[in-house]
Amino acid sequence: MTAQVVSKQVALNEEGFLVNPAEWTPEIAEALAREEGITLTPRHWEIIRFVRAYYQEHGKSPTLRQITAELGVPTKELFQLFPKGPAKKVARIAGVPKPEGCV
Amino acid sequence: MKRVIILGGGTAGTMVANRLARELAPDVWRITLVDESKVHYYQPGFLFIPFGLYKARDVVRPRRDLLDPRVEVIFSPVEVIEPDRNRVRLQQGQRWLPYDFLIIATGVRLFPQETPGLMGEAWQRSIFDFYTLEGAQALGRTLARWEGGHLVINIVDMPIKCPVAPLEFAFLAEWFFTQRGIREKVKITLATPLSGAFTKPRASEVLGSLLAERGIEVVPDFYVEAVDPDRRVLRSFDEQEIPFDLLVTVPLHKGDAVIARSGIGDGLNYVPTDKHTLKAKHFDNIFVLGDATDLPTSKAGSVAHFQVEVFVPNFLRYIEGLELLPTFDGHANCYIETGYGKAALIDFNYEVEPLPGMYPLPGLGPFPLLRESRVNHWGKLLFRWVYWHVLLKGKELPLPAQMSLAGKWLNGAGGR
Repeated sequence: MTAQVVSKQVALNEEGFLVNPAEWTPEIAEALAREEGITLTPRHWEIIRFVRAYYQEHGKSPTLRQITAELGVPTKELFQLFPKGPAKKVARIAGVPKPEGCV
Repeated sequence: MKRVIILGGGTAGTMVANRLARELAPDVWRITLVDESKVHYYQPGFLFIPFGLYKARDVVRPRRDLLDPRVEVIFSPVEVIEPDRNRVRLQQGQRWLPYDFLIIATGVRLFPQETPGLMGEAWQRSIFDFYTLEGAQALGRTLARWEGGHLVINIVDMPIKCPVAPLEFAFLAEWFFTQRGIREKVKITLATPLSGAFTKPRASEVLGSLLAERGIEVVPDFYVEAVDPDRRVLRSFDEQEIPFDLLVTVPLHKGDAVIARSGIGDGLNYVPTDKHTLKAKHFDNIFVLGDATDLPTSKAGSVAHFQVEVFVPNFLRYIEGLELLPTFDGHANCYIETGYGKAALIDFNYEVEPLPGMYPLPGLGPFPLLRESRVNHWGKLLFRWVYWHVLLKGKELPLPAQMSLAGKWLNGAGGR
């Protein structure tokens, strides 16, 4: 599935985030990641699953510091996995809203 | 007697104390405000100090003078809040204060020590902040005789107080160096963890092009890991480096340590708060106002003001046994100084991002939204008077607390 196909199947907002997190599927994650130039490994999936679980529990997306603190991932590694703004990038791929730390 | 305790006498705490002092019957209610410092700062004024536009006396007042005489004021740090026993413990005299209702307005603190390299020998020599009076004054002394080089403004992480302040600093610096005749000797860079100049897309675009017009470079998605004060380099987590001659940092912000000590905050010491009623999520007799909340809106005085406006009538209902109404909409508005005697203005809430238009009266303004103008600059300067004399006193301002779409141009069309 390509990013164009994703945008036909589910609604994305003007910043490219899923409008409805319930419409997310692992295939959508693969396609959005590809668009970001990221090939998803098991380590990526661990973080994506954490971000989705966090969203389901708290009703909002975790910030960078929340991911590193609660999952115990070093910040450095997070930047290697999801370059350039990992909290935003992983939220987008995980189909949850942009982290609210950015207000 | 019933007792309301307010922790923190900043913008939110002072306003709510003065409003409640007028609304609550003095024979039934005792209102106590606790703050460790006897001084109240007009924090928006810190921005002007590095450029010699304001002096310390413009931004400082004795806290007691700003509070209604009916408010009991205790100057002491707070050791701990015990929500299960409805009491707080003061450091001074080690005494317990019991409460019926608690209002937490403890704000945020700066943590420059959490970024390696910031607070070494270079601190207040080539590395400064302007979010404290001391920092702003020290920076002012350096800027007055700086001979040029690379000025880098860096936001360590979001959220921060007044997210437009770093942009305003960049604009004012550009104007200041032009006035001093050394503009061509200065390069100005804004390095930010955001993907653009601001957090909201439309405003980010407008402000981004204004920055570009003034020759201010923006480095987006820059998360600083450490500063090397000897090599004068900022290094990001993904190994980008930015050299600087003068670094103006906006350090990491977190809620007050008392929130952590009391075990009632999130990882950044912000108190989980209902976004529409301002009640603490886990406690039925605790409310949270101002910067101390974890709400997805700006940490800014305007937000504190709109919160107090909707909180007070809601609280009066609540103590009569009625349910809380979900009346807070995340409303924020900010003047954005852009230099050369001009400013822009933005007005937004949880749902609606900053849009162009006129404020507060549709079509008439007088303040144009999301656009530079002289009248906005005068609005910003006038605001300091309004803050001391109207806002903190809890007097009515003719501005609705909830955001209005009237006067906003939804499609970005309309007279430019």
